[in-house]
Amino acid sequence: MSSTGWERIPGFVSVKEAHGETTVTVEPAAIRDACAFARDALGFNFLVDVVAADYLGWGAKGVSGYIGSPAGRDLNTPMTQGLQSLPETKPKRFSVSYHLLALRKGAPRARLQCWIDDGESVPSVVSVWPTADWHEREQFDLMGIRFDGHPNLSRLLLEDDWEGHPLRKDYPIGGEPVRFSDAE
Amino acid sequence: MTVAPEKQTAAAWPVVAPPQYEGSRIPARVPTILDVPAGLRETDDIMQINFGPNHPSTHGVLRLIVDLDGETVVGLSAVIGYLHTGFEKSMESKTWWKAITYPERIDYVGYQNAELVFVLAVEKLLAIEVPEKATWMRMLLCELNRIHSHLVYLGTSALELGAVSMFWYTFRERDLIMDLSEMVAGTRMHTRYFQVGGLAEDIPPGFYPQARKFVEWMPKALDDYLGMLDRNMIWLERTKGVGVLSAEDAIALGQSGPNLRASGVDWDIRRDDTYLAYDQVDFRVPVYPEGDVYARYRVRMDEMAESVRIIRQCLDRLEQMEGQPWIADDRKVVLPPREELHTSMESLIHHFKIVTEGYRVPEGEVYTAIESPRGESGCYVVSDGGPKPWRVHFRAPSFVALEATATCMHDSLVADLIAIVGSLDAVMGDTDR
Repeated sequence: MSSTGWERIPGFVSVKEAHGETTVTVEPAAIRDACAFARDALGFNFLVDVVAADYLGWGAKGVSGYIGSPAGRDLNTPMTQGLQSLPETKPKRFSVSYHLLALRKGAPRARLQCWIDDGESVPSVVSVWPTADWHEREQFDLMGIRFDGHPNLSRLLLEDDWEGHPLRKDYPIGGEPVRFSDAE
Repeated sequence: MTVAPEKQTAAAWPVVAPPQYEGSRIPARVPTILDVPAGLRETDDIMQINFGPNHPSTHGVLRLIVDLDGETVVGLSAVIGYLHTGFEKSMESKTWWKAITYPERIDYVGYQNAELVFVLAVEKLLAIEVPEKATWMRMLLCELNRIHSHLVYLGTSALELGAVSMFWYTFRERDLIMDLSEMVAGTRMHTRYFQVGGLAEDIPPGFYPQARKFVEWMPKALDDYLGMLDRNMIWLERTKGVGVLSAEDAIALGQSGPNLRASGVDWDIRRDDTYLAYDQVDFRVPVYPEGDVYARYRVRMDEMAESVRIIRQCLDRLEQMEGQPWIADDRKVVLPPREELHTSMESLIHHFKIVTEGYRVPEGEVYTAIESPRGESGCYVVSDGGPKPWRVHFRAPSFVALEATATCMHDSLVADLIAIVGSLDAVMGDTDR
């Protein structure tokens, strides 16, 4: 599917072509309708994956190997290269991407994407594709994204009493508390 | 009853078999949980048992909470996560080239394919061109790995249904594949032989004759398996008509790979969304419309035979590529040849920078998908332009396959549960990541 024709999708914001992939940004509130539209009107009958990404600290110093300054290469700090340019700013903290596939000749793929901040939620697409059940639970579990209308939104991979969402960028690494220590 | 290739291309796309049963059997409330019917819930006849997580037939650490009415399964929910190791988080703190070791340990049976999907994603961001020899060698190893994975499936599933000798036969051939891995990469599993830009090392001398021997041997072994299972009454009775999944339900539940093809959907990423050089080899895509455990077994059996054919074609091509480069000539990404380090200052600097800091990958997000032995294995990668991945996510085919357990288990006996879970061929490392 070319990048044209996506304007009709409910909640349409923008469409982008990069690396041979189509990314369609839609309003988070309209994602369920957008998915239903993609399935019924555009023929994307297969939901491949639901994945969220946390962009907290995106382009900031000291995160994910970014060691430059906002102005670019930091020449005053030895052993650093810095980025030649800052990465493109993101509209909100989290992206939630829905990878769609049409089981037909040419295997067209598309990524529906919506952007939310911490505390906001997106509608569940389980009613459109039953396979979204575990994908959404996993993203809730590891990234803390709330999916409204999910029939069973509980932790999937971690224990039920786990605190925090490990794939978030502000989750402490190596800070696992020890339950049974000698002090007891 | 494999469909001839010319028939496949002429048919509508994809071929969806007539429904195995009327309507959808996906449970109504939660698609992955089979609820005990309201009438039965009040009675005292329901026994709830834990199947796993440490039961040998769960292929690792899958836990199924099963409600039984006598011998019939009336309720089922799967509990996963016992093997969750946070690979995706760990990869965020490793440089790109060190992160390649992780995917193999995610799908530890289909390791070569898991490695490939991550390497392809990084190469897509880097827009780096891979030499032809590396492409064909990757294809060869991925097909060897597909046979390896299907052999593990066949051996363990048959073992669970009582055909103990199958296990020893399949693991004999599996050992031959691991010998080939050892020859190429030095390790028998989890080779880390695929490097961004090509292969980590040149193909060793003596590999082609050894691989040829395997290619000659494998069809005979497949005949052995067929002879042992395909006319075995116990095997047939326990697999035919068990765990039926219709084509519509399989698509709605996101099933892929052999599970999808066994439900009559003619879909293979190698052919329909081609990658590597699969468009230049001749192979057939086995499709069976029955959707039961037996169909899944037959799809995998036929796929092994097709993989052998692909390997033979890869060998034909590779044997003519003697002396060609096996990795891209891009000094900003690829390690310089070892012997240059003693004579070239530039090479030493590049080597030092790549090893200590890692190469930088342009900003962007990509999703790559390949046909792993278990179905669509995908990798979603986000880069901020730095030397480490910002976000890595794997679309795990085993994870999705287990979503179908509740639908497959509809009206089944508890003994069928083992056959069904085995036939979905989930690797728990892949499921839990």
